[in-house]
Amino acid sequence: MDGFMTTPNLNAERIKKSLEKGKRFDGRKLEEFRDITIEYDVSKKAEGSVKVKIGNTEVVVGIKMDVSAPYPDSLDKGNLIVSAELLPLSSQRFESGPPRIEAIELGRVIDRGIRESKFIKFDKLCIEPGEKVWTVFVDIYSINDDGNLLDAAGIGAVAALKAARIPKYDKEAGKVLYGELTKEKLPLEKDIPIVITSHKIGNKVIVDPTREEEDISETRLTIGSSNGNISSIQKGDSSALTIEETLNMIDLIEMVEREVFKKIEKFLK
Amino acid sequence: MEFKRPDGRKPDEFRKIKALVGIIPNADGSAMFQTGDTIAIAAVYGPKKMHPQHQQNPEKGTLRCNYNMLSFSVSERIKPGPSRRSQEISKITEWALEPSLMLDKYPNAVIDVFIHILQADAGTRCAGINAASIALAHAGIPMKGLVSSISVGKLDKTIVVDLTKSEEDWEEGEGATDIPISMTDDGKITHMQLDGNISTKQLKEAIELARKSCKKIYEVQKKALKETIKEE
Amino acid sequence: MTENKRLIVIPGEVVVSGAEYLPGEWTEKRGNDIVSLRHGLAEEANKLVKVIPLSGPYHPRRGNVVIGKVENITMNGWVVDICSIDNAFLSIMEVPKFVDKDALEEVMDFGDMVVGKIWNINRRGIDLSIKQRGFGRIDEGIIININPNKVPRIIGKEGSMIKLVKDETECNITVGQNGVIWIKGENIESELLAKEAILFIAEKSFISGLTEEINKWFGERKKQKGAKK
Repeated sequence: MDGFMTTPNLNAERIKKSLEKGKRFDGRKLEEFRDITIEYDVSKKAEGSVKVKIGNTEVVVGIKMDVSAPYPDSLDKGNLIVSAELLPLSSQRFESGPPRIEAIELGRVIDRGIRESKFIKFDKLCIEPGEKVWTVFVDIYSINDDGNLLDAAGIGAVAALKAARIPKYDKEAGKVLYGELTKEKLPLEKDIPIVITSHKIGNKVIVDPTREEEDISETRLTIGSSNGNISSIQKGDSSALTIEETLNMIDLIEMVEREVFKKIEKFLK
Repeated sequence: MEFKRPDGRKPDEFRKIKALVGIIPNADGSAMFQTGDTIAIAAVYGPKKMHPQHQQNPEKGTLRCNYNMLSFSVSERIKPGPSRRSQEISKITEWALEPSLMLDKYPNAVIDVFIHILQADAGTRCAGINAASIALAHAGIPMKGLVSSISVGKLDKTIVVDLTKSEEDWEEGEGATDIPISMTDDGKITHMQLDGNISTKQLKEAIELARKSCKKIYEVQKKALKETIKEE
Repeated sequence: MTENKRLIVIPGEVVVSGAEYLPGEWTEKRGNDIVSLRHGLAEEANKLVKVIPLSGPYHPRRGNVVIGKVENITMNGWVVDICSIDNAFLSIMEVPKFVDKDALEEVMDFGDMVVGKIWNINRRGIDLSIKQRGFGRIDEGIIININPNKVPRIIGKEGSMIKLVKDETECNITVGQNGVIWIKGENIESELLAKEAILFIAEKSFISGLTEEINKWFGERKKQKGAKK
């Protein structure tokens, strides 16, 4: 049951009051994530695919690969293309049509999280310099929105990339033999990038908001980092942050990143 | 000598079927329907007020179906976004489901049905219609009954049910004829398409096979709806 | 079909067969068969067969108490979202005090929640009134949404179920027929406990012996609270 289009002011007041006391409606601490699960092989046709659940929030992410000419400014490197869709099936708030700004932003933030951390070794995705390189497509879809789609998508992207296997490539025919996967995994760094978003509500900061909490978030800060090294940041929504608030959020995310890594470690391939 | 299908099935044997209800908590109704390696999920939102206003129908509610395939549901990636094929199938799905719905109960309203294919091995529109029918019942839409859908066809000279992708691409002899059909539970056809090459006599045979098969699909759909309660 | 047994039926399913049966709510007669038109629980009493839906939107009815959210303010009143296909309208004439036509938002603003009664439904729309005592703008508390088909279960026979929850949590609870519920308690903890209890009842709504289950549930929660201290 979805209820009203946006969280009623009444609930918003209560949530804020509760947060001031350090409590959340579902009993979690401010810096605590809901339960995370990762399931593999959503689609056998993908080179890798996962379903990630954080509480009731669910996303699926699939990896497809293709061979094409490289970009002129990176003749010996493979490519990464990340796209995200907020499907109307996942919430009454999303409508059919071209991607909304939320979906576009989500895709780009996850893209930067992966790209800037140098997680994928693009030079190892070169088949023939100047002629043929692999392009890795990461496609993200929301299935049920109960807040924090962004972090769920980030976990999904990384888990799917780690599980993916490269398909056979017939050099002579110049064709990818989809359905025939080699045993070879994608060339990835050991340290995985994790994207965590923190939200400011009143004078408190939380992570992993439910949709109700997300509705009253005043501003958010998303940080992508791997093994403590920050490689991407996005501040979103329109309230301003003092420098002190910003630094506190950065510290919080650093701690939460370690906790989330522990939670998902057992699921990763 | 009996006709041998690539996966060993008999001509009138369909793939393993699985159905689940309530997989998307935010939706008013939702279901997953799987036939072999083809997996479809459907979510229903509505009835709710139709916007824009000029599209409202004062006599009855409007059913609006949206079918799409995930980019990684097939071997060669599909670029995200609607295609002509997905738009056609969306319309076919609306026509397949509408006769079973009592839309006059909801004038000026719209019922949105979103169908996505997670994994495709032929029969995707059928799996989508099966999932959507269950999801509509789960959403509490008043209906005369469910709609069940299956693809029947012909491989060379043999009439078969539930074709896989490799069977759709059959090239031996007379090749493949693919006939997706949807029927209400009281045996009326609400959707039928055909691609291939078949005689009238064999087409009638195929339709009869579809009728029998749809009854079995219906049992799976019914069971899934009844099980929503047991789980709770 | 025995009177005590409630059968889960799906649309198109034959509930019972026999010329003597009559088709009640959400059923229709086809020949000798009484067929369900909804996914729900079939009930038969005195040969009248009806189906109680398990899901589906709220059907506004005259006399229903509902809780809604102010979506829009017009010259003469407030448009209220009551989680139904159509919005309801609260005219300034249906407010028990004087309303300055130029300052409607001072009485109720966008996003405010209101408890009211549907006093009229016609082709023009659904009319809401807050003239009675206990109705009006909601000042504080929490709002939860449940499946409106479960409201009778939440309220219980002669209000017994909701009274149980009120007593155990010491909260004021107003249940809208449209599945929107307002909880106001001494503190947030008791409000959240009431919320949990109500969601639990809604989930288990179909089982028999629900009252016992709820009592057991409250007992266990109290023990947990005691253990925490």
